[in-house]
Amino acid sequence: VNFDLNLPAQLSGALGPDLLLIGGAMILLLWSAWRPESDEHQRNIGILSIALCIVTMVAVGYYAYTGYTANVGAIAVDNFRWAADEIFLIATIGTIAMSLDYYAREGITAGEAHVLLLLATSGMMILAAARDLIIVFLGIEMMSIAVYVLVGINRRTERSAEGAIKYFLLGAFSSAFLLYGIALVYGATGETNFARVYGNIDKLHLEHSALLLVGVAMLLVGFGFKVAAAPFHMWAPDVYEGAPTPITAYMAAAVKAAAFAAFFRLFLEAFPTILTTWHLAVWWLAAITMIVGNVIALAQRDIKRLLAYSSIAHAGYILVAVVVGTKLGSSAFLFYLFAYTMATLGAFAVVVALGTRGENQMQVEGYAGLWTVCPGLAVAMAVFMLALLGFPIFGGIGFFAKWYVLQAALQSPFPQTRLAIVLVVTSLVSSGYYLYVVMVMFMKPRDSAAPRPLHASAWTRTVVWGSAAVILIFGVFPDAIVAFTRRSTPTLTTDVVPEPRSPALQRTAATTPQPVIAVRSGQSTAGH
Amino acid sequence: MTNFLASIGYNAWVLPALLVIPLIGAVVILLLPAATATPDQGIETPIARVVAFWIFVLEFVVSLGMWWSYDPGNTQWQAGVDLSWIPSWGVRFSVGIDGIALMMVLLTTFIMPLAVLGSWTSIRTKTRSYYALLLILTIGMLGVFLARDLFLFYVMWELMLVPMYFIIGIWGGERRIYASLKFFIYTMLPSLLMLVAIIYLGIHLRTAAGTPDFSYDRLLSVSTLPERTALWLFAAFFLAFAVKVPMFPFHTWLPDAHVEAPTAGSVILAGLMLKMGTFGFLRFALPLFPGAAMNHTVRMIILILAVIGIIYGALVAMVQPDFKKLVAYSSVSHLGFVMLGIFALTVQSVQGALMVMINHGISTGALFLLVGMIYERRHTRLLDSYGGIARVVPLFAAILTFVSLSSIGLPGTNGFVGEFLVLIGSYRTYPVLAIIAATGVIFAATYLLWAIQRILFNPLDKAENAHIPDLNRRELGLLVPLLVVIVWLGVYPAPVLRRMEPSAQVLINRVEGNTALARLSEVAR
Repeated sequence: VNFDLNLPAQLSGALGPDLLLIGGAMILLLWSAWRPESDEHQRNIGILSIALCIVTMVAVGYYAYTGYTANVGAIAVDNFRWAADEIFLIATIGTIAMSLDYYAREGITAGEAHVLLLLATSGMMILAAARDLIIVFLGIEMMSIAVYVLVGINRRTERSAEGAIKYFLLGAFSSAFLLYGIALVYGATGETNFARVYGNIDKLHLEHSALLLVGVAMLLVGFGFKVAAAPFHMWAPDVYEGAPTPITAYMAAAVKAAAFAAFFRLFLEAFPTILTTWHLAVWWLAAITMIVGNVIALAQRDIKRLLAYSSIAHAGYILVAVVVGTKLGSSAFLFYLFAYTMATLGAFAVVVALGTRGENQMQVEGYAGLWTVCPGLAVAMAVFMLALLGFPIFGGIGFFAKWYVLQAALQSPFPQTRLAIVLVVTSLVSSGYYLYVVMVMFMKPRDSAAPRPLHASAWTRTVVWGSAAVILIFGVFPDAIVAFTRRSTPTLTTDVVPEPRSPALQRTAATTPQPVIAVRSGQSTAGH
Repeated sequence: MTNFLASIGYNAWVLPALLVIPLIGAVVILLLPAATATPDQGIETPIARVVAFWIFVLEFVVSLGMWWSYDPGNTQWQAGVDLSWIPSWGVRFSVGIDGIALMMVLLTTFIMPLAVLGSWTSIRTKTRSYYALLLILTIGMLGVFLARDLFLFYVMWELMLVPMYFIIGIWGGERRIYASLKFFIYTMLPSLLMLVAIIYLGIHLRTAAGTPDFSYDRLLSVSTLPERTALWLFAAFFLAFAVKVPMFPFHTWLPDAHVEAPTAGSVILAGLMLKMGTFGFLRFALPLFPGAAMNHTVRMIILILAVIGIIYGALVAMVQPDFKKLVAYSSVSHLGFVMLGIFALTVQSVQGALMVMINHGISTGALFLLVGMIYERRHTRLLDSYGGIARVVPLFAAILTFVSLSSIGLPGTNGFVGEFLVLIGSYRTYPVLAIIAATGVIFAATYLLWAIQRILFNPLDKAENAHIPDLNRRELGLLVPLLVVIVWLGVYPAPVLRRMEPSAQVLINRVEGNTALARLSEVAR
């Protein structure tokens, strides 16, 4: 079926899974307000939310399976969107499952918390679909506002409130940047639709228009904030530390993935022809993010801050895929997002499982000798750490993710060899802190005064073992996911990537340029 | 024997079986019910070690068939298996053996059961995890020797790292955390650079549809890299292998890791894992980049580093107060011989290098086992705390002396054959270096003889040493096979050499042939 997005009925059809999630969330919101707050009520809402997410996942899978398409309009109907949606929904399910126990432990009885999470996720799904600057903004705000509230959901603690206010202020700040960027791009091109922005840049020769370039720079800063790329990452550690742990997991996994999905589509669909101007900026953003994230993480002794810096570092690795920007880069991008989401979710689930009420003690040292008391959790955590480190077999899919990004970087028509080297060297640096966690758990003796961790409840354990199983199984047989991500490039992404800093660009007239792999293999860059 | 093996289709399944048996074994061991420490020996779940031992014996028996089924006259891959693994990336599960890999595989499967016996009573806690890690480590080691696909090779290469990291870090000595981290990071940095080089090669070979190809054979047949690129790629592979060997300036992780590791860990590190580096040179670095490897400057640098390693390792070993550290440094010296033999690149020197690899695995493995046995009795490894114990433990003393002599390279033991071949082989191409290297043999005699003198023969002046029990039956049983092999390889190494020679010859032809071709094309230009 090819949706005609100009007809409201067909537009709704193209938004099917999104509408399903939003509608379901509304009903759950009403029901959660229907009864007085209680732990049991919170639990029921949470379980229903998980069920709703699963239904939505099935719907998304159906849309992906039937291969719907649409004409070029405000939203995209392509596999990139569906793949991203599945990642968000997996992260949401994981988050809700851990928060069921977490909220019970911390005495948070508001069932609305789960509904807010669903609303944030629907914002993300809109972001992944957005093919219009206004829709991008709409999605970002839907997502962000819900997450501002969620960071402060544990309002009795000072840290949570502090994190919420910080996140709110800086998030509003970055939204302003985005909005400015959108306004300037609109001012320069007279359009907000990605395809038409692309067309007008081409038609009106705007490559050197100051208005447009400032607009693009503003957008870059805005997205830099949202994905926590250095030097716009300062807010992340404090907010991640202050937020309730499941929400931290959600921010590190899903929020980052959603911002990246929009970032990727926007820059590669709307601005490929002015790539020379933003390419170098993203190149440096990637390099600095990898270096800053990894180096500062070395000094962290608090597990949540350590994971926060680790997530900053991973934003850098993902940016490498953005820099590459080819179809292969897009495939590597989705693959990496998936692997990163699974490992991050799992790691935070272990943190939740080992936490105590109030979460006053989050030092890595508190896990000393964990292996002797909770061997299962310790092994799972080691798998997540090695996955984030990108180690083969034991780190499962994490290795293939890095491998794929490296492959995309080196196989691009303009091989990013130096960026690949930065990635590799900073990965080595990251072994310093990932192995620190492993070392503490396995090699330090258990403090005899340390209490035995409470037995984690079934929901949290399911998240831990589910993500570990996914990481390990796909860590030996990744082909299904590779093949899926390969079919999931944004429709308008092209393989025409001009050489950075080259003065003239090969301009292609059509909005959908032809793939150029065949042409390129003649002038192979790997050196004949 | 050959007929019997053919009748059971041995060649078709042996290599996958060698990789699968340890995996199944590891799962079985982890599933064993935990038993609390037995009162008499205080060992947790003692059944784990028994199961592990028999799995390793099975592994050895299965691999032993290759001794007969391998056809030395055939220089192609044998017992090859080639399956699709990750088609989207052009990665295949592709394994096979040649003469060199054959000997390395047999060495591995031979050492592993002995390593289990060596840990029999010294590993007391978490035994199930320990033996499961040993089994997983074996998969990685065998996989490195068998891989015919660069991706598979890399995965197997890294697979070895984590089990060894845990073995050192959990069951190691006092400074185990420092040593294990150092080991991990030292090995991982160059491995990652090698990863970039491997991806580069895979992309270089990509098909028209853009799928990379990591096949070793294809890489050999179509490799036409520009000289500069080849040098960079060679450098990446060189670093990864040189750290593992370890060559002279990259060796600093070795004394820490070897000393802190538990006995079996040291045996595996020295006996098997160091061979990964030299094997990597033979299998990958030389044949893939003959131009770079035969570049005069590069070759001289490597040879000089190798000779420095020989002399330096021996001199440092001489002044060690700790017996285990002494053996660790002697490895640096022995592996210098291997590197000299490989890069001198004559048939004799390469064969000699291969012999040294095998001999070092056996002799140094035996030395580490002996150090472990005496350490279990006295809980010290300092040479000065012993003296004159030959009278107390005659059996131990006799075996230690014999193994030391084989490590020195006494004619009639295995050590002699290898080093002699390396020296005469390299004398033909690099006489000066060979003469300097020959002094390393003298130093080896000095440090080892001096050490056994201080342990075994000086006056028995310490009361603690007067009542050490001698070797028990288990320890004797695990040492006897090693002694038999030491004598066998010293007296009649021909069967081993015959199996390796064609592969060594092919290697040399390939490297020199390609270099000659490259020179020709340069002249033509």
